[in-house]
Amino acid sequence: MESSPAIAVRDLVVEYGSRRILKSINLDIPLGQISVIMGGSGAGKSTLLRTMLGLKKPTSGEIRVLGTNICSAGARQLEEMRKQMGVAFQGGALFTSMTVGENIQLPLRQHTRLDENTIQIMTRIKLDMVNMMPHEHLMPSELSGGMTKRAALARAIIMDPKLLFFDEPSAGLDPITSAELDELIIKLKESMNMTIVVVTHELESVFKIADRIAILGEGELLMVGTPEEIKASEDPRIVGLLNRTPRQVAVDVDDHLRRLAGKAVEPGIPDEAASPDEPGVPGESASAKTADGESANGKSGNKGAAEGQ
Amino acid sequence: MLVLSGEIDLNDSPVLRETILASLEDGKPLLIDMQEVSYIDSSGIASLVEGFQKAKKIDLHYGLLSISSPAMQVLTITRLDKIFTLYDTEDSFIDLLEP
Repeated sequence: MESSPAIAVRDLVVEYGSRRILKSINLDIPLGQISVIMGGSGAGKSTLLRTMLGLKKPTSGEIRVLGTNICSAGARQLEEMRKQMGVAFQGGALFTSMTVGENIQLPLRQHTRLDENTIQIMTRIKLDMVNMMPHEHLMPSELSGGMTKRAALARAIIMDPKLLFFDEPSAGLDPITSAELDELIIKLKESMNMTIVVVTHELESVFKIADRIAILGEGELLMVGTPEEIKASEDPRIVGLLNRTPRQVAVDVDDHLRRLAGKAVEPGIPDEAASPDEPGVPGESASAKTADGESANGKSGNKGAAEGQ
Repeated sequence: MLVLSGEIDLNDSPVLRETILASLEDGKPLLIDMQEVSYIDSSGIASLVEGFQKAKKIDLHYGLLSISSPAMQVLTITRLDKIFTLYDTEDSFIDLLEP
């Protein structure tokens, strides 16, 4: 019988104001595996991560983390659940007034009553695991980017969480440090039996560490599969992401010109079409749109713009 | 000999620590049987380390016996498999105690 997933995302919709960032996402994060959430910039990766952590309330849908629906959980339930979760944020999120060691110990001091000796030894065990033992007494401002990420990881795993979230572990790191972090993530899964969720767009890292990959694109879940299944995909959006093909954004010539140059360049369109109700948003008002902005209409639009000058 | 079994996590490690330290206070060598340990977290490992440190300080023999695979994985990732003295049999520990 298949075990329940560590995280079950169901019909998740997240909006910021009128912008729909995540569009009905359904996703299972299996226990004891490394799941990578990838996608280009603006795909919704960070929003999905923040929602899974309970830091952002969804517009609709639900997320069950280790069996608890975090969308309806109370403050106490959320706190209990967070004791089983570790998070290494992209920028480290270390407290600048504390040393590296003090930062790492913080969750233990907040959530446990362990003896001071135990806390000190646990801190050094985790510092050693991330190759940061000599830097225990440094301040965050004295750390390089790679050291900051490793310190953040040490803090994220200090409580031996069942669930570890890692936001962009490789971003901005040199290849060797990046490879070391990848190795450590794999070891954590194998030896500590952690369920690990990594959000990244670093392809090399993705295919090295992932048991499963979920690909987001413009707020939609494009595909979930093993690295082999993802590599074999013929979906052009996934192929484009894997081949780092620049996105082809359809251009509406009239709209784009209006955004660039404002209503003054619109021959044949009366001034009032620029919507006096929204004077600060030129070009967002209704107008006749070209059906094929990149064909002959594009030429006429350009000509019109030149004439309008 | 101290026999450990099941899961040892943040809830159990304070008791483990007290037990190890109290045993060493009595001035006796300590062998910890870890064959039945299904999981040990770093707070449990920290208790073992503190005991080892104390045993060295007061010059007592201290070792880990028949470490289960899950416990060994944790010792390996923390590189403590090379620090602790590990025994396969109780006899090998006892032999060490006899002159």
